[in-house]
Amino acid sequence: MSDFEPTIVAFFCNWCTYTAADLAGTSRLSYPHNIRIIRVMCTGMVDPQYIIKAFLEGADGVLVSGCRPGDCHYINGNYKARRRIKLLKEILPQFGFDQQRLRLTWIGASDGIHLAEIMRTFAGQIKALGPSQTKLKMVI
Amino acid sequence: MTITARIDMREQNPLEALQQFFAGILKLEDITAILVPQRLPTKNTIMPTLVTDASFLERVDPLAPSFPMNAARIASRLTRKPMGGKVAAVLRPCEIRAFIELVKLKQARREDILLISVDCLGALQNREYSKFAEQNGTESTLRFYKNVIGGNINEMEGVEFATACKACEYPVSENADIQIGLYGMKAGESILVKSQTEAGDHILKKMNLSEINEPPSRQDAIKTLISQRTGYRDEMFVKTREASDNLDKMTAYFSSCVNCYNCRVACPVCYCKECVFVTDVFNHDPYQYLQWATRKGIIKMPTDTLFYHITRLAHMSTACVGCGQCSNACPNDIPLMELFRTIAHKTQKIFEYEAGRSLDEKPPLSEFREDEFKEVVGID
Ligand code: SF4
Ligand code: SF4
Ligand code: SF4
Ligand code: FES
Repeated sequence: MSDFEPTIVAFFCNWCTYTAADLAGTSRLSYPHNIRIIRVMCTGMVDPQYIIKAFLEGADGVLVSGCRPGDCHYINGNYKARRRIKLLKEILPQFGFDQQRLRLTWIGASDGIHLAEIMRTFAGQIKALGPSQTKLKMVI
Repeated sequence: MTITARIDMREQNPLEALQQFFAGILKLEDITAILVPQRLPTKNTIMPTLVTDASFLERVDPLAPSFPMNAARIASRLTRKPMGGKVAAVLRPCEIRAFIELVKLKQARREDILLISVDCLGALQNREYSKFAEQNGTESTLRFYKNVIGGNINEMEGVEFATACKACEYPVSENADIQIGLYGMKAGESILVKSQTEAGDHILKKMNLSEINEPPSRQDAIKTLISQRTGYRDEMFVKTREASDNLDKMTAYFSSCVNCYNCRVACPVCYCKECVFVTDVFNHDPYQYLQWATRKGIIKMPTDTLFYHITRLAHMSTACVGCGQCSNACPNDIPLMELFRTIAHKTQKIFEYEAGRSLDEKPPLSEFREDEFKEVVGID
């Protein structure tokens, strides 16, 4: 178990969290390399479909992160994203996915340090949960 | 002011009484056409018909236990733009609820339509219905009506209601303009007609009906029915959850799915003009399949089956009205309604939403509140 390296898919909004990730990189802060970052224009454009696909393809965790309240460049995409995450946290556990594997955070553009911390914490938690079933089994 | 009235039957025939009533509505200058289920002349099949001439209402049959499609889709086709007239639509309660969802999704308009609901006696699966109706469909409807309203359900041996109907706790529509009541009325004697909106009032006023007070037996009958249905529904939820609560069980649940997508075509509230699953996005590159297969050594073909069903749940379960047309449409008898309702019940609950309840509540995924669901944000 200890050599299990989780695969984490992260959807970061271009304006805040992605910028924070960039900042973390240029500031040489370390964060787990098993996080695959996908840049989106706003968390409001993350259709539940993307998250479902990530899980069915074997992601062990999915992190969605965007601007803080009031900072979303499309006014309220982050609030809409919160409803979708809430929705998925209701649907996915019914099929045996631990809802802890799906997380939403709001991280501002200048919060590189915070982001690196969040990613480390999340990776640690997913590691403790172990590999997702979809990774081990055939998904129809 | 609401109008409650009674229509008496001749020779215990509710179909004839309904036909007269609908003809009366169609003759009013306010109404240009009526959308109503009729038995087609060529075969024992019930389908929605759009009628402008009252002499073509002879085969009206909204009571048959036949539910070939959710006609909310048809009502949406008729109302998405002004039609140059007003249509009266005779629908089942779940069709009205689906229609209301479509209005909210801006795929239908409430303006040019008068919604008339008939108490729903329930329906059979499509395949079962043709066996049930055999040669004389009208006779079979009259027998069915008498048995259901007379409470002689057990006399209908060999007739099995669709699961969706057994679990349906909305047999009576509360938001139609005009409600036609059967439950709690004496079988073979009379039908209740009640206006529930101003538009309904306006129409009934012109019809010179004999007004009565709603008999108390009606609300009692409805209450009893709803509590039976709710009991059945809750058991169904428990069983369905048990049958789908991990990846292996989900795989078993959908193992005979051939990705035909009939279930979403039949679903009145799967709202996209073009579903992403039938676009080129899912016409994967041949090389892609090979890559997927190589990763685990095996994949099931066609691919994306669970992906489709779970995505559909995420997209539309907050609008699911439990009509059961998905199950009706599945060539391989996958119990889709059971799963969709089980999930829908939870997803609608978290947003304090009920599909089809009211035009004033926005679809949950199109709005938000600033101070809600704080628990889903953050990691510590
Ligand atoms: S499954 Fe989703 S994408 Fe397809 S029609 Fe339904 S709502 Fe639209
Ligand atoms: S998912 Fe099935 S039960 Fe729900 S509205 Fe669609 S067709 Fe009806
Ligand atoms: S109708 Fe049945 S076989 Fe077709 S896609 Fe739906 S579940 Fe699969
Ligand atoms: S732009 Fe960052 S969440 Fe909308």
